[in-house]
Amino acid sequence: MQETLEKNLVLLSIVTLITVAIGGLVQLVPLYTMETTIEKVDGMRPYSPLELAGRNIYVREGCYVCHSQMIRPFRDEVERYGHYSLAAESMYDHPFQWSSKRTGPDLARVGGKYSNDWHVAHMIDPRAVVPESIMPGYPWMADRPLGAEKIAGDMKTLQFIGVPYTDEQIENAQADLKAQANPEMGDADAMVARYPKAVIGDFDGNPSMITEMDALVAYLQMLGTLVDTTSYKTSPDGR
Amino acid sequence: MANIERDEVSGTDTTGHEWDGIKELNTPLPNWWLWTFYATILFSIVYWILYPAWPTLSDYTKGVLGYSSRVNLTEDLEARDKARESWTKQFAALPIADIAKDRKLLEFAMAGGKVIFADNCAPCHGSQGSGAPGYPVLADDDWNWGGSLEEIETTIRFGIRSTHDDTRVSEMPVFSDDYLSPTQIAAVADHVLSLSGSGSASAAGAEVYAEECAACHGENGEGGRDFGAPRLTDGIWLYGGTKEALVAQIGNPKHGVMPHWEDRLSDVERKQAAIYVHSLGGGE
Ligand code: HEC
Ligand code: HEC
Ligand code: HEC
Repeated sequence: MQETLEKNLVLLSIVTLITVAIGGLVQLVPLYTMETTIEKVDGMRPYSPLELAGRNIYVREGCYVCHSQMIRPFRDEVERYGHYSLAAESMYDHPFQWSSKRTGPDLARVGGKYSNDWHVAHMIDPRAVVPESIMPGYPWMADRPLGAEKIAGDMKTLQFIGVPYTDEQIENAQADLKAQANPEMGDADAMVARYPKAVIGDFDGNPSMITEMDALVAYLQMLGTLVDTTSYKTSPDGR
Repeated sequence: MANIERDEVSGTDTTGHEWDGIKELNTPLPNWWLWTFYATILFSIVYWILYPAWPTLSDYTKGVLGYSSRVNLTEDLEARDKARESWTKQFAALPIADIAKDRKLLEFAMAGGKVIFADNCAPCHGSQGSGAPGYPVLADDDWNWGGSLEEIETTIRFGIRSTHDDTRVSEMPVFSDDYLSPTQIAAVADHVLSLSGSGSASAAGAEVYAEECAACHGENGEGGRDFGAPRLTDGIWLYGGTKEALVAQIGNPKHGVMPHWEDRLSDVERKQAAIYVHSLGGGE
């Protein structure tokens, strides 16, 4: 049989394909049918346009090279960073930002831990607030206009791959983005109705312009704040 | 079938394949390699039986050991809480001042408080509470809101101008915008400087101060804790002690924001942090 296979290209290709497919299917198929991989929790929603723009900057600048967003279920991590990360909390992340290395601390639950002022000062020059920090500064973000003209397109793409953005949310993308960064520039109540728990405000202390800093800080301030983890109990079989 | 022959030089059989007169030896795998390979297969089978391994259509195999990192964590935390019970119970039950009086409990508070402070507070207040512009020093006796154990505990729990409903909050009015003229602002800035021994006192400055500022900052600049209004006599400044800095603060005041720690820290942890802060040098 070995010889027949080796000498018949078509047959060899077919048999190879079948062999590889078994490996792939065993790994992939259960993920589509297994309801247990993602916990059922309340509160998760897609990113608001401003947060999404901030997340794009986070990815662009490679913050994940030094920061994880994944609190593992170990005692030392839970004591420092809070409740371990749930799969549900990154189900709308494409790509997820779990990262694999921590030069700086985990950021999965950094939302609400610091003030906006602190984040801005820290992003401009980390050493201004944490003298021993080795994090690079990102001072230009405070001067650069956000330029998020394409954010509705980003949302549409995410909708296409399964993030439950509604058409209403996509239609109002620009309005919501402005309303979150400057409540006087739009209907902040409608924005919060579309994105519950969104933090509203002039994040960078410069109301005359929506900057990259506004978006990044809005993103940082929502990390880990959506799901009420105190109501989440580990079930006896560990899920 | 292939034509297997024995190679004379190596004494090993050939595979029987031949390409352009070249034959291939069929050298067997070394035994150590082969047995290691079998051992890894055996290991994986044992592993599948003991630990969670294979996905099934709607679930996964759990393994006979019932291992789960989340369950392990829950057990770890329960064991920790049990081991700490001897003192956490007293922490929860006693008022904070009594905890600080008990030497044994004080030790627990300081050890835990130090770690909690480094993780949560040091990025703003500096290690050991040394402060930074806009972020008050916690190691001195200049308190805006109060330096007793109870006051510190309250500050930590609710924050200052935070998102908590019970947050400490107060706002210094904006005095530019035609409310005070630039000359008046300059005069009162000088007056404020004179309270700590620099600047030049003037009647105009003193008058503005008495009218506009004394209600919060005190008649003689001794500060007003009900409003979180800083003492102005000690030369310790949140936003700088130059005349320019004062003019800027009076014209368009900055307001510090401290998040609340009601959700992030437990009751016991907040008491530990408060006792630690109190011990840094300025506790009342
Ligand atoms: C070279 C590695 C490095 C990179 C790149 C980096 N950081 Fe950091 N970051 C650190 C270190 C180290 C700290 C801890 C010291 C400090 O607070 O500055 C830190 C701290 C932080 C904190 C405070 C976390 C806490 O809980 O105290 C935030 C927020 C943060 N970084 C955000 C970012 C963002 C956003 C980016 C990308 C724009 C970024 N960092 C890029 C190394 C890095
Ligand atoms: C995001 C930065 C930030 C963090 C983190 C922070 N603080 Fe503060 N804290 C402030 C600011 C700003 C003030 C001053 C507010 C004001 O202007 O009145 C303050 C004030 C205080 C005060 C009142 C001082 C006074 O004069 O009455 C205490 C006590 C205090 N902080 C303790 C803590 C402790 C303990 C922690 C950690 C659990 C902590 N802070 C974390 C920013 C922070
Ligand atoms: C409603 C109360 C209130 C009134 C009235 C008020 N202040 Fe203040 N002032 C505050 C508070 C609260 C702060 C602290 C802001 C902070 O903590 O970020 C402050 C801060 C300051 C500071 C900064 C202190 C430092 O450590 O850097 C100066 C200087 C000051 N006030 C001067 C004045 C002067 C001069 C007037 C009158 C023209 C005045 N204030 C009126 C509440 C008041």
